Amino acid sequence: MIIATNVTKKFSKLTALDNVSVSCNKGQAISLIGPNGSGKTTLIKCLLGMVVPDSGFITFNKKNIAHNWQYRSAIGYMPQIGRYPENMTIAQVLDMMKDIRKQKAVQLDEELIYLFKLDGMMNKRMGTLSGGTRQKVSASLAFLFDPEVLILDEPTAGLDPLSTEILKEKIRKEKQQGKLIMITSHILSDLDDIITEVIYMEEGRLKFHKSLSQLQLDTGEKTLSRAIAHVMQAGL
Amino acid sequence: MKKIIKYVLLDLLRNRIIIAYTIFLAVISLSVFNLEDNPSKGILSLLNLVLIIVPLVSVVFSTIYVYNAAEFIELLVSQPLRRVNIWLSIFTGLASSVCMAFLVGCGIPVLIYAPGDTGLMMTAMGLLLTIVFVAIALLASVLTRDKAKGIGVAILLWFYFTLIFDGIVLFLLFQFMDYPMEKPMIVFSCLNPVDLARILILLKMDISALMGATSAIFRDFFGNQWGIAATISIMLAWAIMPLWWSVRKFNRKDL
Repeated sequence: MIIATNVTKKFSKLTALDNVSVSCNKGQAISLIGPNGSGKTTLIKCLLGMVVPDSGFITFNKKNIAHNWQYRSAIGYMPQIGRYPENMTIAQVLDMMKDIRKQKAVQLDEELIYLFKLDGMMNKRMGTLSGGTRQKVSASLAFLFDPEVLILDEPTAGLDPLSTEILKEKIRKEKQQGKLIMITSHILSDLDDIITEVIYMEEGRLKFHKSLSQLQLDTGEKTLSRAIAHVMQAGL
Repeated sequence: MKKIIKYVLLDLLRNRIIIAYTIFLAVISLSVFNLEDNPSKGILSLLNLVLIIVPLVSVVFSTIYVYNAAEFIELLVSQPLRRVNIWLSIFTGLASSVCMAFLVGCGIPVLIYAPGDTGLMMTAMGLLLTIVFVAIALLASVLTRDKAKGIGVAILLWFYFTLIFDGIVLFLLFQFMDYPMEKPMIVFSCLNPVDLARILILLKMDISALMGATSAIFRDFFGNQWGIAATISIMLAWAIMPLWWSVRKFNRKDL
């Protein structure tokens, strides 16, 4: 569904992505793992067209995403740090997104808004929200349009345990509907029971792309966090 | 695109600076016309306001606005929208609201107290200068990532167009005093939208005779219908070129 071929991106001298090729398919739940600054967010932003790669190309449903914008209507994106216009209220942000992304025949999925109890504070301004609440708004927006692809950048960072569980439950549900889900997270225990594939990156390079069962087999570890610790130690 | 313009405008209408700018312009133009009993004297006093304050406010306000809207732009870019549309909508929203502030604060008093060619020309030039400097501000803010640097570049550009450029022209005039400089002067003035606006407004006033021999050439070139049409298209080019360049830059910008 999403295929990146030899994507390279440099920020002045720093090479954020070095010849990265990945392919992601429907029904997979992929976890992007790697140390800080390994290029996970840059890769995600390339997929979304927010960062333009220096070389290489990315296709979405076999169409090149360069100079294309319609494909983004099939993506729900939850950024690492959700930044919204400070003086808009939650309700205004939601209405604006609904207005901008109005698609026919798509049932809006407002489940998360209610589960996170955002409906009770619709009139609060975005600037006054706590980091966690802002995260909840980001998550609700990502799921709102029932997209085929969900890209979640550190979805559980800043969320309380209860909300983390709600979000994980939601992700699990969407995965069962056969959607492609990409998650980056440092809290690996969050991911254990959701993901099917692991992409491991280091210093902008793709180290491996394996299914979780294969990784467990290779490392002899049961849980994802121990398997990754094993990989990092062994320097695979 | 209409939807984005709508949200940019909604955001700008709530902005206190735009309202303060409108009131500031209105207070100045009303007091100028009420202090002078001769409306053309009032126009002359307002000339400097239009030529100096209007570009300054347009350029600085727009630059700051674009930097402050970084979150909004980031949010929009990750949505199924064309980047060109996002950028042009921001331009349209900004230009129309700052133009509206100028029209209400300065244009309407001018047209009430000094109706006629000169007043009309001054309002038109004020609006054109606003659009030009909003476009320049967008270019300055897309070229630099750092907010302080971007605002610095914007102020520097304003400084260049209102002061430094005239200094350079004067310097050249003195250096080449022995040669006929009237024709090159026309070319020079096309290189600066503020100068173009000044010449067009002055030519509509009677005091243009004070400018000496150059004025006769200017009157020849800018005075007729074709001259005015040409100048206005040059002014529009001054708005379109920076805007086009900023669109190109924004299309490839990493957010």
